[in-house]
Amino acid sequence: MSDVLEVTDNNFDEEIMNSDIPAMVDFWAEWCGPCKMVSPAVEELAQEYKGRIKIGSMDVDGNRNTPGRFGIRNIPTLILFKGGEVAQTIIGAHPKGHIEEELKKLL
Amino acid sequence: MEDLIIIGAGPAGLTAGIYAARARLKTLLLERLAPGGQVLTTDRVENYPGFVEGISGFELVDRMKRQAERFGLKIENQEVARLKFNSEIKTVVTDRGELEARALILACGATPQKLGIEGESMLTGKGVSYCATCDGPFYRDQEVALVGGGDTAIEEALFLARFAGKIHVIHRRDELRATKLLQERAFAEEKIEFVWDSIASRIVGESGVEGIDLKNVKTDKEFRLPVQGVFVFIGTNPNNELVKDFVKLDERGFVIANNDMETSVPGLFVAGDIRSKLLRQISTAVGEGATAAFAAEKYIDSQK
Repeated sequence: MSDVLEVTDNNFDEEIMNSDIPAMVDFWAEWCGPCKMVSPAVEELAQEYKGRIKIGSMDVDGNRNTPGRFGIRNIPTLILFKGGEVAQTIIGAHPKGHIEEELKKLL
Repeated sequence: MEDLIIIGAGPAGLTAGIYAARARLKTLLLERLAPGGQVLTTDRVENYPGFVEGISGFELVDRMKRQAERFGLKIENQEVARLKFNSEIKTVVTDRGELEARALILACGATPQKLGIEGESMLTGKGVSYCATCDGPFYRDQEVALVGGGDTAIEEALFLARFAGKIHVIHRRDELRATKLLQERAFAEEKIEFVWDSIASRIVGESGVEGIDLKNVKTDKEFRLPVQGVFVFIGTNPNNELVKDFVKLDERGFVIANNDMETSVPGLFVAGDIRSKLLRQISTAVGEGATAAFAAEKYIDSQK
């Protein structure tokens, strides 16, 4: 079973904004090829940082409000949150090492 | 030590992997992201032979990957930091350590070229995009500009026409370079309008794209087009960082290789979009991947 939490417009505030621990959300869609280059790394990071950073993914096709709220116009986009604030935004497909570096800054 | 290390898991690298694995070379394929490359940004590949109705870029490259793995190819997710060529042995330094091989195939591909104008990097992610198949659906019923006139530009314009209300295709000349079939489709698409003989000088907007400043190169007339998105497809730059200091490049930085895909460094081969050549397509990449693997096999045999 995947360690990546499915985030939706409905549970976004509860799971991410009000999270006790830092969080990262991978905004993706089925139609987006480069998103598929990032998702394996997100999957691995979710496992490795379990309990320390909450890692979720949101399908922007089924959830239009949250991407709009953060002005997302490119996917893949990863947004890192700490204490209900945006700590960092990573646009485009980047290697796992790069994403992990940014994640470590949240801890 | 490996016989062969291939860097990059797009169509060129995966094909080289298929041939190398079948040749029973001890081969490792390294990829910094998940396998795919630029093909993943293609919605429908229509000119790769054998797929009568076309095939999605993801599906095609996924099949290549599974085919390579069937023959025992090892694919690892490692980012290569640099290469060292001290002796006959090639050392690949990655984020996880050092690897050695007798021969290398570089199939790192290319990256979409940027316009290099004011506002572009600031508004990337806020309306400036290099991938219509990723970002097109965010522009439902909106007006967008698209810069370019080659195959990729016109294919992406046609893809955008499914979502956007209007697409202004901005091209610096008065005719397109794209394949005639694509031109016919674009001219027939009511949502696509052409702005000929024009170059972009600035992308304007604060929190998001609000417009693009253009200049007609024949009349010198300058004007602003109000748009909510700017898509850029003006060609690619080679991902040559690993070798640019010690291998022969062409004037645009693509790696020069002979008919056997061997570069100016013995034992270093290239395949795919990184190579200096006339046509960058999946169909040319796979042929080069096969040749590079075969030539690498001959080279490795000669070294043993």
